[in-house]
Amino acid sequence: MLEVTVKGQVGRLEINAHLWSDQPVTAFYGRSGAGKSTLLRAISGLWRPDEGRIKVDDRVLFDNVIGIDVPVHKRNMGAVFQAALLFPTMSVERNLRYGFSSKDTGLFFDVVEMLDLGPLLNRSPRHLSGGEGQRVALGRALLAEPEILLLDEPLTGLDDHRRRQVIPYFAAIRDAMRVPIIYVSHDKSEIAALADVVFVVERGQVVQELSAEELTDFEMGLSTS
Amino acid sequence: MGAFLSDPATLAIVTLSLQVSALAMAIVVPIAILLGAALAKPDWPGKALVSALVHLPLVTPPVVTGYALLVLLGRRGWVGQWLDGFGIQLAFSWVGAAIAAGLMALPLVVRPIRLAFETQDPRLVEMAATLGASRLRRFRTVVLPMAWPGIVAGLVLGFAKALGEFGATITFVGNIPEETQTLSLAIYTLLQSPSGDSRALILIGFAVFISFAAILGSELLTSWIARRNAR
Repeated sequence: MLEVTVKGQVGRLEINAHLWSDQPVTAFYGRSGAGKSTLLRAISGLWRPDEGRIKVDDRVLFDNVIGIDVPVHKRNMGAVFQAALLFPTMSVERNLRYGFSSKDTGLFFDVVEMLDLGPLLNRSPRHLSGGEGQRVALGRALLAEPEILLLDEPLTGLDDHRRRQVIPYFAAIRDAMRVPIIYVSHDKSEIAALADVVFVVERGQVVQELSAEELTDFEMGLSTS
Repeated sequence: MGAFLSDPATLAIVTLSLQVSALAMAIVVPIAILLGAALAKPDWPGKALVSALVHLPLVTPPVVTGYALLVLLGRRGWVGQWLDGFGIQLAFSWVGAAIAAGLMALPLVVRPIRLAFETQDPRLVEMAATLGASRLRRFRTVVLPMAWPGIVAGLVLGFAKALGEFGATITFVGNIPEETQTLSLAIYTLLQSPSGDSRALILIGFAVFISFAAILGSELLTSWIARRNAR
């Protein structure tokens, strides 16, 4: 269960958004610059809203009224961004183990197997293709055993071919790991392939809530003037 | 001339110089890492002032810097008086020479370290935070390893600068053979005597060789780090 109410300012963009979801995969859809990523950063704790309340299941992560602001590293969110952002001074395996503190060593090999990372473990992140890099980033986020997985345009840097290669991995995670996912994208087909509920974000606000099917017929720019 | 190469006096001068420079860097590099990390952060109150203070030894006449050290750390100095109570004397000692050389080298050490921090992608640190790493762990495991080439470049550059320091050293610790007489001071002293030219030349050879090797190494490291952090 995810509950977000945030107000604040990022550059020129005024954020004033509210949303609530109990679906396995929640998507934020909108143009670039609409504020989707900012909402994600608010959830992860990387952006601090002026006021509002962010709650995941029974845990309040931010509430300005009662003065709660859980620091990023204690929020237990896995994140994958458009760039893989692998640590360049570490091997793929050390990247994967960075947030991995579980005693369940089986989990490490499960994730490595699920994402086909075995052959990459000893490589340097410098010598990975874009698709491989995103898979490692995804594995690293999963191994931190997050309460929620935040995916911010994770396929945008990839060409169509690589995209088609990576999407099934996201689907596998959704089905196998049972970790709720928030998926940010400006691409309808990606969202349609993965999401259960879609929040349309425009000018810092959530302007509509749709099902994945409804999104297919949705046209941008008609909702507000 | 060949005999002078293996002359214990020559070796003592070179050894003392290396020893002074090494201690100077041991003192200055940790300070420079903290300063470099702070100065790489976007605007904070007093940043311009700290940056100006760090660069001061670069533009102030070295004699003035040396005199300032004497006023501060000399036996009757503000801090020196207090240190004297513990039996610690910095003025006219080789440790004092290291402090003078270190202070003069500080701006050169800070610069590549600051650059190494500035060119890092801040999103990598954010990523480490989402993976549960505390501030200290982020610095230790992500920020610092990426800055290593810059730190080494600063160290090498600073070492070479410390090795050649003259003005602040002679003002603060004097020119005492086998205590504070480093390469530059020895060369200067030899050039003052009519028969010292050939001995000076050997020391000059040492100085040029060490400096050139250091500056070349620093250049190579700096360009390497720029390329590495580019992506």
